[in-house]
Amino acid sequence: MGSWYWWTLLGMALVTYIPRAFPLTFLEGKELPPVISGVLRNIPYAVLGALIFPAILYVQEGNLIFGVIGIITAFALAFLFSNVMVVVLGTIGVLAVYSLF
Amino acid sequence: MTNNSFVQGLKAGTSIAIGYFPIALTFGLLAKTSGLSIMEATAMSIFVYAGAAQYISLTLISKGVDPILIVLNTFVVNIRHFLMTAALNEKMQSDKKWLKGMYAFGITDESFSVLATQKQDKIRTPFAFGVVLIAYLSWVVFTAIGHVIGANLPAFLLAAMSIALYAMFVGLLVPSMRGNRKVVMLALIAAIINGIFYWTQLLSTGWSILVATLASSIFIEIIYARKKNVRHSKQSERSLS
Repeated sequence: MGSWYWWTLLGMALVTYIPRAFPLTFLEGKELPPVISGVLRNIPYAVLGALIFPAILYVQEGNLIFGVIGIITAFALAFLFSNVMVVVLGTIGVLAVYSLF
Repeated sequence: MTNNSFVQGLKAGTSIAIGYFPIALTFGLLAKTSGLSIMEATAMSIFVYAGAAQYISLTLISKGVDPILIVLNTFVVNIRHFLMTAALNEKMQSDKKWLKGMYAFGITDESFSVLATQKQDKIRTPFAFGVVLIAYLSWVVFTAIGHVIGANLPAFLLAAMSIALYAMFVGLLVPSMRGNRKVVMLALIAAIINGIFYWTQLLSTGWSILVATLASSIFIEIIYARKKNVRHSKQSERSLS
């Protein structure tokens, strides 16, 4: 790779950092209208829904069953134990066993 | 006390670190096969630090795509973080701008999810640093290791570990869903909209998550605001009579 690579990296770094830093610094100490802060409070749960589905079905290319087992196991474990680490390691464990056979 | 919440942050971020392990390892390996040196590959993880965008850039680099398009694409893929950090700002302890600007660098889909679903009312700055730091270190270190040793783990284990981040998202979401219909509806509607965009290929993944999230959040807010109004007017009728 030539020097263009490092310029590209700089550009990528900037356009990634700005959307992350701008709201956290610009909005510091500012009171938003209740309607907007209401919508913003909803974002985390909506984001989680969109991050999980449908991508979880396609973690292993061409193996839908893998994703389906993953989603069922993760939800089952999360309902049984409210501990994120248990959900993560448990789901990995179940899928490791599935992948072995 | 300060140290304490930093350590708690490290602990809360551990599941992200585990989840990044297979993805960073694979990224390091793919970067090598795309012709990047270990310096170049690790530098991307150090300075850009964005999973999906880094993966896509490898494809674009090996295809010889114009660097400007690579940067533009990175922007589009990561624009959703604008929405996330705006939402996160509501939950964060007020602090100096340069400190917030520092941990802002480490806000990813995963660190955002961990921070935004914390039970406490206001999240302390050291806690955010803890979450962000352990995830970042995992990403950078395993990128380098992936480049050196390749993904030399048993295939079945790597495959199984690819579920880790999704399992974490589920583990963060479900406790909030219990007895909270609003949370269930928010996640469900966003998931459905995102699914529609995915299967119709109407939007690319970056935009799709952004639009689905925003649409669901606004829609539910309108419904609940109306519900609240109805309840209020019923109460005022009652108090009148």
